[in-house]
Amino acid sequence: MKTVNVKDITDAVRDMCIEATHYLTSDIRDALIESSQNEESELGTKILRQLKDNLDIAGSDMIPICQDTGMAVFFVTIGQEVHIEGGSLTDAINEGVRRGYTEGYLRKSVVGDPLIRENTKDNTPAVIHYDIVPGDGLKIVIAPKGFGSENTSRIFMLKPADGVEGVKKAVLTAVKEAGPNACPPMVIGVGIGGTFEKCAMLAKKALTRPINTSSDIPHIAALEDELLTLINNTGIGPAGLGGRTTALGINIETYPTHIAGLPVAVNICCHVNRHSVREF
Amino acid sequence: MDLHIHSPLDEDTVRKLHAGDMVYITGTVYTARDAAHKRMDEALDEGKELPFDVRNNIIYYLGPTPPRENRVIGSAGPTTSGRMDRYTPRLLSMGLKGMIGKGKRSPEVKQAIVDNKAVYFAAIGGAGALLSKAIVSSETIAYDDLGTEAIRKLEVVDLPAIVVIDSEGNDLYETAAGKFAKE
Repeated sequence: MKTVNVKDITDAVRDMCIEATHYLTSDIRDALIESSQNEESELGTKILRQLKDNLDIAGSDMIPICQDTGMAVFFVTIGQEVHIEGGSLTDAINEGVRRGYTEGYLRKSVVGDPLIRENTKDNTPAVIHYDIVPGDGLKIVIAPKGFGSENTSRIFMLKPADGVEGVKKAVLTAVKEAGPNACPPMVIGVGIGGTFEKCAMLAKKALTRPINTSSDIPHIAALEDELLTLINNTGIGPAGLGGRTTALGINIETYPTHIAGLPVAVNICCHVNRHSVREF
Repeated sequence: MDLHIHSPLDEDTVRKLHAGDMVYITGTVYTARDAAHKRMDEALDEGKELPFDVRNNIIYYLGPTPPRENRVIGSAGPTTSGRMDRYTPRLLSMGLKGMIGKGKRSPEVKQAIVDNKAVYFAAIGGAGALLSKAIVSSETIAYDDLGTEAIRKLEVVDLPAIVVIDSEGNDLYETAAGKFAKE
Protein backbone atom coordinates (compact mmCIF):
# COMPACT_ATOMS: atom_id res chain seq x y z
CA MET A 1 0.00 0.00 0.00
CA LYS A 2 1.27 3.45 -0.94
CA THR A 3 -0.15 6.70 0.41
CA VAL A 4 -0.10 9.87 -1.71
CA ASN A 5 -1.26 13.23 -0.35
CA VAL A 6 -3.47 15.38 -2.56
CA LYS A 7 -1.25 18.39 -1.89
CA ASP A 8 1.66 16.70 -3.66
CA ILE A 9 -0.61 15.91 -6.60
CA THR A 10 -1.81 19.52 -6.86
CA ASP A 11 1.79 20.82 -6.73
CA ALA A 12 2.88 18.38 -9.44
CA VAL A 13 -0.08 19.21 -11.72
CA ARG A 14 0.58 22.94 -11.36
CA ASP A 15 4.17 22.43 -12.54
CA MET A 16 3.13 20.05 -15.34
CA CYS A 17 0.73 22.63 -16.80
CA ILE A 18 3.54 25.16 -17.08
CA GLU A 19 6.14 22.67 -18.28
CA ALA A 20 3.97 21.16 -21.01
CA THR A 21 2.98 24.55 -22.47
CA HIS A 22 6.57 25.88 -22.66
CA TYR A 23 8.66 22.84 -23.63
CA LEU A 24 7.96 20.07 -26.12
CA THR A 25 9.28 16.56 -25.64
CA SER A 26 12.49 15.74 -27.55
CA ASP A 27 10.76 13.45 -30.08
CA ILE A 28 8.63 16.31 -31.43
CA ARG A 29 11.46 18.81 -31.35
CA ASP A 30 13.80 16.43 -33.17
CA ALA A 31 11.15 15.65 -35.80
CA LEU A 32 10.60 19.37 -36.41
CA ILE A 33 14.33 20.00 -36.90
CA GLU A 34 14.72 16.96 -39.15
CA SER A 35 11.74 17.96 -41.28
CA SER A 36 13.17 21.45 -41.84
CA GLN A 37 16.27 19.80 -43.33
CA ASN A 38 14.25 17.62 -45.70
CA GLU A 39 11.42 19.96 -46.76
CA GLU A 40 11.29 20.60 -50.53
CA SER A 41 9.25 23.80 -50.36
CA GLU A 42 11.26 26.97 -49.82
CA LEU A 43 8.42 28.63 -47.91
CA GLY A 44 7.80 25.38 -46.02
CA THR A 45 11.44 25.25 -44.91
CA LYS A 46 11.23 28.85 -43.74
CA ILE A 47 8.09 28.07 -41.72
CA LEU A 48 9.60 24.96 -40.12
CA ARG A 49 12.66 26.98 -39.10
CA GLN A 50 10.40 29.62 -37.58
CA LEU A 51 8.61 26.93 -35.62
CA LYS A 52 11.94 25.75 -34.27
CA ASP A 53 12.87 29.36 -33.37
CA ASN A 54 9.47 29.66 -31.70
CA LEU A 55 10.31 26.68 -29.47
CA ASP A 56 13.62 28.27 -28.49
CA ILE A 57 11.95 31.59 -27.61
CA ALA A 58 9.20 29.83 -25.65
CA GLY A 59 11.71 28.02 -23.46
CA SER A 60 14.19 30.84 -22.96
CA ASP A 61 11.70 33.70 -22.43
CA MET A 62 8.94 31.65 -20.79
CA ILE A 63 6.29 32.54 -23.37
CA PRO A 64 3.86 29.68 -24.11
CA ILE A 65 4.70 27.90 -27.38
CA CYS A 66 1.16 28.59 -28.60
CA GLN A 67 -1.38 31.06 -27.22
CA ASP A 68 -3.96 28.26 -27.16
CA THR A 69 -2.66 26.62 -24.00
CA GLY A 70 -5.52 24.20 -24.36
CA MET A 71 -8.06 22.36 -22.32
CA ALA A 72 -6.17 20.27 -19.76
CA VAL A 73 -6.62 16.57 -20.54
CA PHE A 74 -5.27 13.97 -18.10
CA PHE A 75 -4.64 10.25 -18.24
CA VAL A 76 -4.33 8.97 -14.67
CA THR A 77 -3.21 5.39 -14.10
CA ILE A 78 -3.76 4.43 -10.49
CA GLY A 79 -2.77 1.19 -8.76
CA GLN A 80 -5.37 -0.64 -6.67
CA GLU A 81 -3.01 -0.41 -3.71
CA VAL A 82 -2.70 3.38 -3.74
CA HIS A 83 -4.41 5.35 -1.01
CA ILE A 84 -5.10 9.02 -1.73
CA GLU A 85 -5.21 11.04 1.49
CA GLY A 86 -6.33 14.57 2.24
CA GLY A 87 -9.24 14.90 -0.19
CA SER A 88 -10.52 14.07 -3.65
CA LEU A 89 -8.07 13.13 -6.40
CA THR A 90 -10.20 14.88 -9.03
CA ASP A 91 -10.38 18.06 -6.93
CA ALA A 92 -6.60 17.93 -6.42
CA ILE A 93 -5.99 17.74 -10.17
CA ASN A 94 -8.41 20.61 -10.87
CA GLU A 95 -6.76 22.72 -8.17
CA GLY A 96 -3.40 22.05 -9.87
CA VAL A 97 -4.86 23.22 -13.19
CA ARG A 98 -6.32 26.33 -11.54
CA ARG A 99 -2.92 27.22 -10.06
CA GLY A 100 -0.88 26.24 -13.10
CA TYR A 101 -2.96 28.28 -15.53
CA THR A 102 -3.16 31.30 -13.21
CA GLU A 103 0.38 31.37 -11.80
CA GLY A 104 1.91 30.28 -15.13
CA TYR A 105 0.29 33.08 -17.19
CA LEU A 106 -1.52 30.55 -19.36
CA ARG A 107 -4.69 31.29 -21.30
CA LYS A 108 -8.02 30.48 -19.71
CA SER A 109 -9.86 28.87 -22.60
CA VAL A 110 -12.66 26.96 -20.88
CA VAL A 111 -16.33 28.00 -20.84
CA GLY A 112 -18.56 26.50 -18.15
CA ASP A 113 -21.74 25.79 -20.05
CA PRO A 114 -21.12 24.92 -23.71
CA LEU A 115 -24.14 26.95 -24.87
CA ILE A 116 -24.14 29.87 -22.43
CA ARG A 117 -20.33 30.09 -22.88
CA GLU A 118 -19.19 32.01 -19.85
CA ASN A 119 -15.44 31.63 -19.26
CA THR A 120 -14.62 29.83 -15.98
CA LYS A 121 -11.55 32.14 -15.73
CA ASP A 122 -9.20 29.46 -14.35
CA ASN A 123 -9.25 26.87 -17.16
CA THR A 124 -11.10 24.31 -15.04
CA PRO A 125 -12.56 21.79 -15.18
CA ALA A 126 -9.99 19.45 -16.68
CA VAL A 127 -10.96 16.37 -18.68
CA ILE A 128 -9.65 13.42 -16.65
CA HIS A 129 -9.51 9.78 -17.74
CA TYR A 130 -8.84 7.22 -15.01
CA ASP A 131 -7.45 3.75 -15.46
CA ILE A 132 -7.27 1.38 -12.49
CA VAL A 133 -4.46 -1.20 -12.58
CA PRO A 134 -2.84 -3.69 -10.17
CA GLY A 135 0.03 -2.50 -7.95
CA ASP A 136 0.86 0.66 -6.02
CA GLY A 137 1.90 3.06 -8.80
CA LEU A 138 0.30 6.40 -9.62
CA LYS A 139 1.09 7.92 -13.02
CA ILE A 140 -0.34 11.24 -14.19
CA VAL A 141 -0.01 12.36 -17.82
CA ILE A 142 -1.16 15.83 -18.85
CA ALA A 143 -1.86 16.59 -22.52
CA PRO A 144 -3.19 20.17 -22.88
CA LYS A 145 -5.18 20.15 -26.13
CA GLY A 146 -5.62 23.14 -28.41
CA PHE A 147 -8.86 23.38 -30.31
CA GLY A 148 -7.68 24.58 -33.73
CA SER A 149 -6.73 20.97 -34.36
CA GLU A 150 -9.26 19.38 -31.97
CA ASN A 151 -12.09 20.87 -34.06
CA THR A 152 -10.82 19.00 -37.14
CA SER A 153 -10.87 15.56 -35.47
CA ARG A 154 -13.29 12.91 -36.73
CA ILE A 155 -14.95 9.61 -35.87
CA PHE A 156 -15.91 7.13 -38.59
CA MET A 157 -18.12 4.13 -37.80
CA LEU A 158 -16.89 1.92 -40.65
CA LYS A 159 -18.24 -1.45 -41.69
CA PRO A 160 -16.07 -4.57 -41.25
CA ALA A 161 -16.04 -4.93 -45.05
CA ASP A 162 -14.34 -1.51 -45.34
CA GLY A 163 -11.21 -3.12 -43.86
CA VAL A 164 -7.77 -1.53 -43.82
CA GLU A 165 -8.44 0.40 -47.02
CA GLY A 166 -11.41 2.03 -45.30
CA VAL A 167 -9.22 2.98 -42.36
CA LYS A 168 -6.64 4.61 -44.65
CA LYS A 169 -9.35 6.50 -46.49
CA ALA A 170 -10.84 7.73 -43.20
CA VAL A 171 -7.51 9.04 -41.92
CA LEU A 172 -6.71 10.77 -45.21
CA THR A 173 -10.20 12.29 -45.36
CA ALA A 174 -9.75 13.77 -41.89
CA VAL A 175 -6.27 15.12 -42.72
CA LYS A 176 -7.32 16.67 -46.04
CA GLU A 177 -10.40 18.31 -44.55
CA ALA A 178 -8.31 19.65 -41.67
CA GLY A 179 -5.66 21.08 -44.01
CA PRO A 180 -4.37 24.50 -42.92
CA ASN A 181 -6.90 24.81 -40.07
CA ALA A 182 -5.06 22.25 -37.95
CA CYS A 183 -1.72 24.12 -38.06
CA PRO A 184 0.34 21.53 -39.95
CA PRO A 185 2.77 19.87 -39.54
CA MET A 186 0.32 17.77 -37.58
CA VAL A 187 0.69 14.87 -35.21
CA ILE A 188 -2.08 12.33 -35.66
CA GLY A 189 -3.54 9.95 -33.12
CA VAL A 190 -5.71 7.15 -34.44
CA GLY A 191 -7.90 4.72 -32.50
CA ILE A 192 -9.19 1.61 -34.25
CA GLY A 193 -11.72 -0.77 -32.68
CA GLY A 194 -13.64 -0.82 -29.41
CA THR A 195 -16.86 1.19 -29.36
CA PHE A 196 -17.79 4.75 -30.35
CA GLU A 197 -16.21 6.30 -27.23
CA LYS A 198 -13.41 3.76 -26.82
CA CYS A 199 -11.86 4.50 -30.22
CA ALA A 200 -11.94 8.23 -29.46
CA MET A 201 -10.12 7.61 -26.17
CA LEU A 202 -7.54 5.45 -27.96
CA ALA A 203 -6.95 8.19 -30.53
CA LYS A 204 -6.40 10.78 -27.80
CA LYS A 205 -4.09 8.46 -25.88
CA ALA A 206 -2.14 7.66 -29.06
CA LEU A 207 -1.05 11.33 -29.13
CA THR A 208 0.81 10.85 -25.84
CA ARG A 209 3.08 8.11 -27.23
CA PRO A 210 6.44 9.43 -28.54
CA ILE A 211 6.31 9.81 -32.33
CA ASN A 212 9.69 8.11 -32.75
CA THR A 213 8.15 4.83 -31.51
CA SER A 214 6.05 2.29 -33.43
CA SER A 215 3.12 0.13 -32.46
CA ASP A 216 4.07 -3.22 -30.87
CA ILE A 217 1.76 -4.93 -33.35
CA PRO A 218 3.72 -5.51 -36.60
CA HIS A 219 0.87 -4.91 -39.08
CA ILE A 220 -0.19 -1.75 -37.19
CA ALA A 221 3.40 -0.47 -37.17
CA ALA A 222 3.47 -1.01 -40.94
CA LEU A 223 0.16 0.85 -41.26
CA GLU A 224 1.61 3.78 -39.29
CA ASP A 225 4.53 3.99 -41.73
CA GLU A 226 2.32 3.70 -44.79
CA LEU A 227 -0.14 6.31 -43.57
CA LEU A 228 2.62 8.79 -42.72
CA THR A 229 3.87 8.54 -46.31
CA LEU A 230 0.34 8.92 -47.72
CA ILE A 231 -0.34 11.93 -45.48
CA ASN A 232 2.88 13.65 -46.53
CA ASN A 233 2.07 12.89 -50.17
CA THR A 234 -1.00 15.13 -49.91
CA GLY A 235 1.34 18.10 -50.35
CA ILE A 236 -0.54 20.17 -47.73
CA GLY A 237 2.78 21.03 -46.09
CA PRO A 238 3.80 23.41 -43.27
CA ALA A 239 0.99 25.84 -42.39
CA GLY A 240 -1.00 24.33 -45.26
CA LEU A 241 0.98 26.42 -47.73
CA GLY A 242 2.39 23.49 -49.67
CA GLY A 243 5.24 21.10 -48.97
CA ARG A 244 6.26 17.61 -48.03
CA THR A 245 5.88 17.96 -44.26
CA THR A 246 2.18 17.59 -43.51
CA ALA A 247 2.61 15.38 -40.46
CA LEU A 248 5.54 14.75 -38.13
CA GLY A 249 4.15 11.46 -36.95
CA ILE A 250 1.14 9.19 -36.62
CA ASN A 251 0.43 6.79 -33.76
CA ILE A 252 -2.26 4.12 -33.89
CA GLU A 253 -3.77 2.29 -30.93
CA THR A 254 -6.18 -0.63 -31.30
CA TYR A 255 -8.71 -2.56 -29.21
CA PRO A 256 -10.95 -5.58 -29.86
CA THR A 257 -14.29 -4.65 -31.37
CA HIS A 258 -17.75 -6.04 -32.22
CA ILE A 259 -18.41 -8.47 -35.11
CA ALA A 260 -20.55 -5.77 -36.77
CA GLY A 261 -18.22 -2.80 -36.51
CA LEU A 262 -14.94 -1.08 -37.32
CA PRO A 263 -14.85 2.23 -35.41
CA VAL A 264 -12.02 4.61 -36.38
CA ALA A 265 -11.24 7.85 -34.56
CA VAL A 266 -8.76 10.39 -35.89
CA ASN A 267 -7.59 12.89 -33.27
CA ILE A 268 -5.62 15.58 -35.01
CA CYS A 269 -3.06 17.63 -33.14
CA CYS A 270 -0.79 20.37 -34.40
CA HIS A 271 3.00 20.28 -34.03
CA VAL A 272 2.49 21.65 -30.52
CA ASN A 273 1.67 18.14 -29.28
CA ARG A 274 2.24 18.75 -25.58
CA HIS A 275 2.48 16.33 -22.75
CA SER A 276 4.19 15.93 -19.42
CA VAL A 277 4.36 12.94 -17.04
CA ARG A 278 4.78 12.43 -13.27
CA GLU A 279 4.99 9.17 -11.39
CA PHE A 280 4.44 8.80 -7.66
CA MET B 1 7.85 38.50 -53.02
CA ASP B 2 8.72 40.00 -49.62
CA LEU B 3 6.97 43.28 -48.88
CA HIS B 4 6.92 45.69 -45.96
CA ILE B 5 3.48 47.21 -45.55
CA HIS B 6 1.72 49.59 -43.18
CA SER B 7 -1.59 49.27 -41.40
CA PRO B 8 -4.16 50.84 -41.70
CA LEU B 9 -4.08 49.73 -45.32
CA ASP B 10 -4.84 51.77 -48.41
CA GLU B 11 -6.31 50.58 -51.67
CA ASP B 12 -3.03 50.84 -53.63
CA THR B 13 -1.24 48.61 -51.14
CA VAL B 14 -4.02 46.02 -51.13
CA ARG B 15 -4.09 45.93 -54.93
CA LYS B 16 -0.39 45.13 -55.22
CA LEU B 17 -0.55 42.16 -52.80
CA HIS B 18 -0.73 38.74 -54.42
CA ALA B 19 -1.44 35.30 -52.95
CA GLY B 20 1.90 33.81 -51.88
CA ASP B 21 3.61 37.12 -51.02
CA MET B 22 5.38 37.27 -47.67
CA VAL B 23 4.57 40.52 -45.86
CA TYR B 24 5.88 42.29 -42.77
CA ILE B 25 3.18 44.45 -41.26
CA THR B 26 3.92 47.59 -39.26
CA GLY B 27 1.31 49.81 -37.64
CA THR B 28 -2.00 49.32 -35.85
CA VAL B 29 -4.04 46.13 -35.87
CA TYR B 30 -7.06 45.16 -33.74
CA THR B 31 -7.63 41.75 -32.15
CA ALA B 32 -11.04 40.11 -32.20
CA ARG B 33 -12.10 36.47 -32.16
CA ASP B 34 -15.31 34.48 -31.66
CA ALA B 35 -17.00 36.27 -28.75
CA ALA B 36 -15.95 39.78 -29.85
CA HIS B 37 -17.26 39.16 -33.37
CA LYS B 38 -20.60 38.00 -31.98
CA ARG B 39 -20.86 41.15 -29.86
CA MET B 40 -19.90 43.44 -32.73
CA ASP B 41 -22.51 41.77 -34.90
CA GLU B 42 -25.16 42.23 -32.19
CA ALA B 43 -24.12 45.87 -31.77
CA LEU B 44 -24.67 46.46 -35.49
CA ASP B 45 -28.07 44.72 -35.31
CA GLU B 46 -29.03 47.16 -32.59
CA GLY B 47 -27.84 50.11 -34.63
CA LYS B 48 -24.93 50.85 -32.29
CA GLU B 49 -21.40 51.87 -33.25
CA LEU B 50 -18.50 49.40 -33.23
CA PRO B 51 -15.74 49.84 -30.60
CA PHE B 52 -13.37 50.94 -33.40
CA ASP B 53 -13.75 52.15 -36.96
CA VAL B 54 -13.07 49.13 -39.16
CA ARG B 55 -12.46 51.24 -42.28
CA ASN B 56 -9.04 50.40 -43.82
CA ASN B 57 -8.11 48.46 -40.69
CA ILE B 58 -6.83 44.94 -40.09
CA ILE B 59 -8.36 42.50 -37.60
CA TYR B 60 -6.00 39.91 -36.12
CA TYR B 61 -7.89 36.79 -35.02
CA LEU B 62 -6.05 36.41 -31.73
CA GLY B 63 -6.67 35.55 -28.10
CA PRO B 64 -3.29 35.95 -26.40
CA THR B 65 -2.01 34.44 -23.16
CA PRO B 66 -1.70 36.97 -20.29
CA PRO B 67 1.59 38.91 -20.21
CA ARG B 68 4.17 38.27 -17.52
CA GLU B 69 5.25 41.31 -15.48
CA ASN B 70 6.75 44.15 -17.54
CA ARG B 71 5.78 42.55 -20.82
CA VAL B 72 3.44 43.85 -23.51
CA ILE B 73 1.61 40.61 -24.27
CA GLY B 74 1.91 36.85 -23.89
CA SER B 75 1.94 34.24 -26.64
CA ALA B 76 0.16 35.75 -29.66
CA GLY B 77 -0.41 33.51 -32.67
CA PRO B 78 -3.46 33.33 -34.96
CA THR B 79 -6.62 31.34 -34.31
CA THR B 80 -8.69 29.54 -36.97
CA SER B 81 -10.37 32.19 -39.16
CA GLY B 82 -13.25 30.07 -40.43
CA ARG B 83 -15.15 30.46 -37.18
CA MET B 84 -15.47 34.18 -37.92
CA ASP B 85 -16.81 33.61 -41.46
CA ARG B 86 -20.46 34.24 -40.63
CA TYR B 87 -19.62 37.72 -39.32
CA THR B 88 -16.92 38.73 -41.81
CA PRO B 89 -18.78 39.82 -44.99
CA ARG B 90 -20.67 42.46 -43.00
CA LEU B 91 -17.43 43.92 -41.63
CA LEU B 92 -15.83 43.88 -45.09
CA SER B 93 -18.81 45.75 -46.50
CA MET B 94 -18.18 48.40 -43.85
CA GLY B 95 -14.62 48.88 -45.06
CA LEU B 96 -12.52 46.34 -43.16
CA LYS B 97 -9.46 45.88 -45.40
CA GLY B 98 -7.50 43.00 -43.91
CA MET B 99 -7.65 39.97 -41.68
CA ILE B 100 -4.83 37.96 -40.12
CA GLY B 101 -5.61 34.40 -39.09
CA LYS B 102 -5.04 30.87 -40.28
CA GLY B 103 -7.08 28.36 -42.23
CA LYS B 104 -9.67 28.27 -44.96
CA ARG B 105 -12.39 30.89 -45.60
CA SER B 106 -15.90 30.34 -46.91
CA PRO B 107 -16.94 31.14 -50.50
CA GLU B 108 -19.02 34.03 -49.09
CA VAL B 109 -15.97 35.56 -47.39
CA LYS B 110 -13.87 35.15 -50.53
CA GLN B 111 -16.52 36.89 -52.59
CA ALA B 112 -16.72 39.72 -50.04
CA ILE B 113 -12.90 40.05 -50.16
CA VAL B 114 -13.10 40.54 -53.94
CA ASP B 115 -16.15 42.82 -53.82
CA ASN B 116 -14.60 45.10 -51.22
CA LYS B 117 -10.97 44.89 -52.42
CA ALA B 118 -9.61 43.43 -49.19
CA VAL B 119 -6.93 40.87 -48.30
CA TYR B 120 -6.62 37.81 -46.05
CA PHE B 121 -3.27 37.02 -44.46
CA ALA B 122 -2.13 33.89 -42.62
CA ALA B 123 0.27 34.13 -39.74
CA ILE B 124 2.01 30.92 -38.76
CA GLY B 125 -0.19 28.85 -36.49
CA GLY B 126 1.55 27.63 -33.38
CA ALA B 127 4.29 30.26 -33.47
CA GLY B 128 2.78 32.44 -30.73
CA ALA B 129 6.03 33.05 -28.84
CA LEU B 130 7.85 34.18 -32.00
CA LEU B 131 4.95 36.37 -33.21
CA SER B 132 4.63 38.08 -29.83
CA LYS B 133 8.06 39.64 -30.43
CA ALA B 134 6.56 41.80 -33.20
CA ILE B 135 4.00 43.38 -30.87
CA VAL B 136 5.29 46.55 -29.21
CA SER B 137 2.14 47.72 -27.45
CA SER B 138 -1.26 46.36 -26.49
CA GLU B 139 -4.26 48.18 -25.10
CA THR B 140 -7.66 46.65 -24.37
CA ILE B 141 -10.24 48.96 -25.94
CA ALA B 142 -13.49 47.02 -25.58
CA TYR B 143 -15.24 44.00 -24.05
CA ASP B 144 -12.73 43.72 -21.19
CA ASP B 145 -15.00 41.16 -19.48
CA LEU B 146 -14.24 38.69 -22.27
CA GLY B 147 -10.69 38.20 -20.97
CA THR B 148 -8.50 36.81 -23.74
CA GLU B 149 -11.35 37.49 -26.21
CA ALA B 150 -11.46 41.26 -25.52
CA ILE B 151 -10.72 43.68 -28.37
CA ARG B 152 -7.15 44.94 -28.18
CA LYS B 153 -5.45 47.68 -30.16
CA LEU B 154 -1.96 46.45 -31.00
CA GLU B 155 1.02 48.29 -32.40
CA VAL B 156 3.14 45.88 -34.43
CA VAL B 157 6.52 46.14 -36.12
CA ASP B 158 7.29 43.77 -38.99
CA LEU B 159 4.68 41.20 -38.02
CA PRO B 160 5.33 38.34 -40.49
CA ALA B 161 2.39 36.99 -42.50
CA ILE B 162 1.63 35.45 -45.88
CA VAL B 163 -0.99 36.67 -48.36
CA VAL B 164 -3.41 33.76 -48.74
CA ILE B 165 -6.43 35.37 -50.44
CA ASP B 166 -5.72 38.49 -52.48
CA SER B 167 -8.13 41.18 -53.69
CA GLU B 168 -8.66 39.30 -56.95
CA GLY B 169 -9.79 36.18 -55.10
CA ASN B 170 -6.68 34.04 -55.67
CA ASP B 171 -6.43 31.52 -52.81
CA LEU B 172 -3.00 30.10 -51.99
CA TYR B 173 -4.52 27.19 -50.01
CA GLU B 174 -6.22 25.96 -53.19
CA THR B 175 -3.08 25.86 -55.30
CA ALA B 176 -0.21 25.19 -52.85
CA ALA B 177 -0.82 21.52 -51.98
CA GLY B 178 -1.03 20.45 -55.64
CA LYS B 179 2.54 21.55 -56.28
CA PHE B 180 3.96 19.14 -53.70
CA ALA B 181 1.45 16.27 -53.88
CA LYS B 182 2.67 12.84 -55.00
CA GLU B 183 0.76 9.71 -55.92
